[in-house]
Order: sequence, then structure tokens, then C-alpha cells
Amino acid sequence: LPKSRSNLERVLTTGGFAVTTEIAPPKHSNGSRVAEIGKRMQGYVDSFNLTDNPAGVVRMSSLAASVILVQQGQDPVLHMTCRDRNRIGLQSDLLGAYALGVRNVLCLTGDHQRLGNHPTAKGVYDLDSINLICMVKQLRDEQRFMCSEECEVAPSFYIGCVANPFAGPFEYRVVRLEQKVKAGADFVQTQSVFDLEHFEHFMEMVRARGLEQRVKIIAGVMPLTSAKEAAILQKNKPGMSIPDSIIARLENSADQKSEGLQICIEQIQFLRNLAGVAGIHIMACECEELVPFLVEAAGLLPRPQFLPAD
Amino acid sequence: LIIAKSKGIEEILRILKPYQKILVAGCRGCVTVCLTGGAKEVGLISSAIRLARKEEKDALSIREEISQRQCELEFNQELAEAVEEAEVILSLACGVGVQNLAEQWPDKIFLPGLNTKFMGSPVQQGVWEERCQGCGECLLDKTCGICPIARCAKSLLNGPCGGSYAGKCEVDDDTVCGWHLIYERASRLGQLARLTEINSVKDWSKARDYGPRRVVRGDMRLAEVEK
Repeated sequence: LPKSRSNLERVLTTGGFAVTTEIAPPKHSNGSRVAEIGKRMQGYVDSFNLTDNPAGVVRMSSLAASVILVQQGQDPVLHMTCRDRNRIGLQSDLLGAYALGVRNVLCLTGDHQRLGNHPTAKGVYDLDSINLICMVKQLRDEQRFMCSEECEVAPSFYIGCVANPFAGPFEYRVVRLEQKVKAGADFVQTQSVFDLEHFEHFMEMVRARGLEQRVKIIAGVMPLTSAKEAAILQKNKPGMSIPDSIIARLENSADQKSEGLQICIEQIQFLRNLAGVAGIHIMACECEELVPFLVEAAGLLPRPQFLPAD
Repeated sequence: LIIAKSKGIEEILRILKPYQKILVAGCRGCVTVCLTGGAKEVGLISSAIRLARKEEKDALSIREEISQRQCELEFNQELAEAVEEAEVILSLACGVGVQNLAEQWPDKIFLPGLNTKFMGSPVQQGVWEERCQGCGECLLDKTCGICPIARCAKSLLNGPCGGSYAGKCEVDDDTVCGWHLIYERASRLGQLARLTEINSVKDWSKARDYGPRRVVRGDMRLAEVEK
């Protein structure tokens, strides 16, 4: 039975190979760029992740940015972190998001406020990401709030989570994914994959537990535009692991930007053929214009189309 | 152990500036052990004030006293005469001590000489770390004896977040990932299966979220008070 009838759910449950991308909402109150990026990517991706104050930097809310895409007929994935809202705020926003047409929600812990532009803020963390998944699932499947009171018109979300196969301890990462599946995740989007060998190892462990049968796994990729950028990401971004060989390949290339795109295309093709991977999530932070090119060059067109009644 | 840190002589001099008859009151409890508010530090702070305000000569009077435990009302009676005589009291105890004194002598001014930090323990000479947040509902049985409320920057209940890398927390490289420690210990104890269980949400009403907490033990109450 369909859970949310979101475009992403339809693609994944009809055997399609999903393509999703990410938009960081603006650091101001004009949403036109979100709408514009959405329009430019129409037909290239199946749904759009709208991040929730990533790295603890204040941006337009994920919910508002998601609604901008809903208004132009597109399918957003609402990021929801545990950093800034307690169980009351989170459930309230889930109701509101559903009422405004949002159908996918991605449950995350959230980057620590220390990393952002308000490092003296009080972190909330009333729940963790696994508790959050349980809460969204209970609302959907049992029509009950966390406190167990009934929710008369319950939001029926397609529930996502994240996994970082590159964080530590490595052996635990697949256990954590299993916990999230047990909690009720329908799909998972991974941290950007650069180290293919490491990811292959992770996927072997995933398949050994049969998790790919229980959750749709969308592998993350990120086009690198220069060796310098790669080195900065490797150094500063929590949980990101870029092998030296990739940095060297960029350094030794005459046109680093196109080499970066080429690396990304090769990664997509590799991941597409890896058993258990059900889609690709392209994170092109602040260079979203690269996404249509990558999707086309990687041979991921045309994207599946569905009629409203499907 | 309650761990505290000196406010530093500059701030202490600033808050004491309007006063001349000063009592510096130490405590022989936790702050003596963590080397911030015992007899030695009372002496050091007092000397530093005298030195900084030496032009005031005889007008300035600084008395040094120490209580067995400022956090217990009866012990503070030792300070009574010195408190009565002083214009202001700089307490080198934790926040509990400062408030106890203020409660006992409502007409006197008490100032804190320390910033009270946390409940913790010395881990190396000169290094103290937090171990307990007093969340009101101990879960160390579920987490192999390592507290994720106190030792994870996000107080997560179900494993390390994606920011745990090489055993370190995403907040900074000096902070050990508490969940990494739990994982290692579970592994050593052969209890990794424990980490596949889902810990449901925490009842924060047992923590600080209902305002100041209170423990009442009927079995310890005196009969006449009960009546």
C-alpha cells in the first residue's frame, strides 16, 4: 500500500532508480531562488531535499522552502533535525507540512550548533533521529501523537533517514542503519560517497543483513569543483571522507572543474550498478546548475512520469 | 565532585570594587579538591586583592575564613562572626555554597568568586571532565556504564551521530565521542547486541525541565516535622 503517494515513493516503489538533489534554502527572506532552481531542474530529478539550517547556520526554514516547491507542483523532501525543536515543535511542523502538501520527511539529528553562526545557542535534542523516525511512523501508522493521544487527520509521510558510512565506528554504521529501519524508515540517503571501496564494503554489510530489501538506499554524491575545495571539505566538514587519490586527480588536471564533474559521473555509474543501491542523491552545494548536466551525462534521463491517479 | 573554575582576578576585582571590608570564604569540600576554593586559593585571591588595591592601605580589610562545607547550613555557623563583621563576602564555594550563605544572612551581600562548571572528575593532573548531568533517571545500565547524556554533545540515546569520526566528536577534536566509548565498551563486554535495541524518548521532566528539583525522603523525616 502506498504510504504517502509522493513522487519519490512512486519512483522507488515501482522499481525506478531515483534521482534526488538538495537545495540549501537562502540566508534571507526571498524565496525566488528556490523556485527558480526547482524550475530549472524540472524533469531532471524526482524530488528535492530542502535542508534544515545545515551546519547550524540560519537559513529560511526547510518547511517554507518545501512549500515553495509544492506550489509549483514539485516533490520536496522536508529535512527535519532535532537540534532546534522539541517533540511539541516537531509534531506541530509535521502537521503543518502535510497540510501544505509536503509528503516526504527526512529525519536527522542535526549538525551541532557549535559549528554554525550562533554557536552560543542552546541545543534542543529532546529526541534523537531514531526517536524522531518512531514518532513520524506512529503518527502515520497508528494516528497517534508521541503522547499517544489520537490525531484525527494524521499526516502520512514517506519517511527518510540518513546514514554516514564514513563516520565511526565503521562496524557500527550498518547497525545504526538497521536501527533506523526498525524504527520505520522507508528510504535512506547517504553522506556523499567519494571512497567507493569503503562504500562497497558498507553495502556488503548492508546486504548481509538484508537491509536493502527493507529500505530504499539512495547513495549521495557531490561534484567537486577543485582540489582546493576538496581539501577544505575533507578538513572541515564533519563526517566527510575524500581519498587523497581524488584530490591528486583534481590537482593534476588542466581543467579541475570538468575533471570534478567527470569523477562524479564515474561515481554515479559505479553506484548505479552496485547491488542494493536504489537511487542517487546529488549534493551540489551552491552550484545546483551542475545537476541537470550530471543527470544527463550519467544517463539517468528520462525521469519516470506518473499521472495523478497512478 | 563538583568542578568549578575561578572567575579570574580581573573579574573578582571588578565585582569587589565598591567594597572595602571583605571576607573571602572558602570551602573544604569539592572546591578544595579541584583546587579552586580551598584554604590555599583563599590565601592567593586575598593576597592578589591586597596587592591590586594597596593604595587603599588601612581602609581595606580582607579577612580569610573557610567553612567545612558551604553546601550544608550548619557548617556555615563557623563563619558567623566573620560574616557579621564584613561588608561583602566573596565565596569561593560552588553556586550551592554561595546561595546557602545568602539564605543564612539575608542582609549581607555575597558574591561568587568561581564559575561552577559541572559534576565530574579529574582525568589528568590539572584536567577535569564532566561525567554526570543529574538528569534524574540514570540510564548507565543501558549504556555500559558511560553516560551519553553527559558525554555526547547532543545527549543522544541511540548511538553516535554522523559527526563521530576517529573517536572524536564533531564539536571539536579535543572532545571524545561518548557513543564511541560506549561502542568500544559494549564490544569489550560482548554486549554489542544491546546497541541494536531502540531506547525510547527520554522523560526530561525528571531532569531540570520542571524547574528546581527536590528530593523528599519520608523515612528520613522527623515525626514532629511531618505533623
